[in-house]
Amino acid sequence: MEKFETITALVAPMDRANIDTDAIIPKQFLKSIKRTGFGQNLFDEWRYLDHGEPGMDSSQRKLNPAFILNQPRYQGVEILLARANFGCGSSREHAPWSLQDYGFRVIIAPSFADIFFNNCYKIGLLPVVLDAAILDYLFEEVKSIEGYRLTVDLQNQKIISPKREEFTFEIDIFRKQCLLNGLDDIGLTLQHAEKINQFEQKRRNEQPWLFM
Amino acid sequence: MQTLYDKLWNQHLVHTESDDPGSMALIYIDRHLVHEVTSPQAFESLKLAGRKPWRLNSILAVADHNVPTTDRSQGIQDPISRLQVDTLDQNCDELGITEFKMNDLRQGIVHVIGPEQGATLPGMTVVCGDSHTSTHGAFGCLAFGIGTSEVEHVLATQCLLMKKSKTMRISVEGNLGLGITAKDIALAIIGEIGTAGGTGYAIEFTGSAIRALSMEGRMTLCNMAIEAGARAGMVAVDDTTIDYIKGRPFAPKNELWNSAVAFWRTLRSDADAVFDRTVTLDATQIKPQVTWGTSPEMVTTIDGIVPDPACVPDEVKRHDMQQALNYMGLSANTPIQKINLDKIFIGSCTNSRIEDLRAAAQIVKGKHIAANIKLALVVPGSGLVKKQAEQEGLDQIFRSAGFEWREPGCSMCLAMNDDRLTAGERCASTSNRNFEGRQGPGGRTHLVSPAMAAAAAIAGHFVDVRKLSN
Repeated sequence: MEKFETITALVAPMDRANIDTDAIIPKQFLKSIKRTGFGQNLFDEWRYLDHGEPGMDSSQRKLNPAFILNQPRYQGVEILLARANFGCGSSREHAPWSLQDYGFRVIIAPSFADIFFNNCYKIGLLPVVLDAAILDYLFEEVKSIEGYRLTVDLQNQKIISPKREEFTFEIDIFRKQCLLNGLDDIGLTLQHAEKINQFEQKRRNEQPWLFM
Repeated sequence: MQTLYDKLWNQHLVHTESDDPGSMALIYIDRHLVHEVTSPQAFESLKLAGRKPWRLNSILAVADHNVPTTDRSQGIQDPISRLQVDTLDQNCDELGITEFKMNDLRQGIVHVIGPEQGATLPGMTVVCGDSHTSTHGAFGCLAFGIGTSEVEHVLATQCLLMKKSKTMRISVEGNLGLGITAKDIALAIIGEIGTAGGTGYAIEFTGSAIRALSMEGRMTLCNMAIEAGARAGMVAVDDTTIDYIKGRPFAPKNELWNSAVAFWRTLRSDADAVFDRTVTLDATQIKPQVTWGTSPEMVTTIDGIVPDPACVPDEVKRHDMQQALNYMGLSANTPIQKINLDKIFIGSCTNSRIEDLRAAAQIVKGKHIAANIKLALVVPGSGLVKKQAEQEGLDQIFRSAGFEWREPGCSMCLAMNDDRLTAGERCASTSNRNFEGRQGPGGRTHLVSPAMAAAAAIAGHFVDVRKLSN
């Protein structure tokens, strides 16, 4: 996993609650057996005017000019502002893959669905929870100021606005260290291999029916 | 004094950095269910890292999302779907993982076949790269969906890194009215607490109405826990649980059975266990539920009307409701029973088990689908459910009524195969999500119970199952 360094980047607002994983990446694109290439189909049904299928050349498709991410001012965006319960629905990691592949590094929302939230950390995409009132304020700012950029300082757990306002966010210490150092979860867990073996052996003795 | 969740958590705790309940813990996984959509990237990474599955006999694999529900003798026609299913077959063959292949009688939806085979047992941790893994909590398991990186993590280490959830008890007391099912309880709960109401919680369903449910009903309820935002839903073990498991292929036998049962009976919350949140519903007040919008919380009762966004003070919520009504092609204040339908879908990991098919068949017996219904599908949850239904003559009842009787799979719940809605089509569906485009781009989904879907097929619009003569 790539290390997460402090970033300062363009922000786009998705002003809608309960954005679900079917909207983030429609299911016809889940048939891929690869991890990459999902960015072109992020929000496919909202983003293009035609119906998308795997294998289509996205550069030839008609964009929906009304869709927020298609507006010229949001090209090159890396930070997404969203509303409550972002990422609800499926456990498909294709949702964070597609957001990351599109170029997003950080999603800021008042709340996230559990599985989506968890999946983001696994690939180095940072989900940040801020108060709904702060989100309201940031939505106003990003809509009224073209080229609005935020700084995300993970080390100090701060979002910093162009006016030098600072918004502190919480993050689990373990997850923070993994992101900052680009650590691989599996490697870390296998450091406990002996403990897992002992646990498993004890369980096998006590509940042998689980191992048949 | 522990909740069922606390017990399951503690019994699987391998390692934790500190005693702080908010710290990351290493949790042992007993059963890993695998399907074709969320596993190929995990197998590939595993291989690239030179790693092998930690414990092969913990894994059970099946292809369900992409498989056709029509004639399978020619294989899968769609080359992209075929590649994904072939990839699963290859990975399982190479590594020696037990898999029910597409033409195996035991093939079916992963959340139907786990319990059906006795591969889901009380006290287990059960994971799968699918959010509806919560289904298995019906057996007093800790069961939840995971992403592909976690699929790889479980393959490689037999463990997951996770944080303990808060606990919520949802108590449903009293007798359900005639024609009211677990699906109605689930939707009524989501209507009450919202689709984010359970976020951060593991839910235990308790109360006399839950105790009275069959295992099929409990699975339906736990299946929908994720639609309330909770990764895991669960029900304590009782005689109903144990009777269901007895004699299933993966279930323990002889002396082991007796020891297992003695242990399983401890899998319940202590009487004085404290939950972080408690919600109580009166079962006698639950009516047949119908969703009207694009989120499962956008739900009302069969005698209700489509709500009016103008009456909602919160701006974000009003905007979302209006967007949902536009997508659904509905006007505020339309009576639910005036909504006409184009297609009917009876199936999915929520409602495709034998009891669901019996309930639907009972409604359609001797009748015929309405002229405006273009397609009515019954997709059994597994080959074994299909076989049993056929032995009971249910297939004939459905066929005579104008339904199509299909092969098992996820089918039109998420429309990854050829079963789907076209833009603007309206469907009464027994599945679990009414998100935009879920059943096909532009398709409009109303979530209901199997009996309600069957009744809607006959009438051509929603009707109150409680008022049907039979």
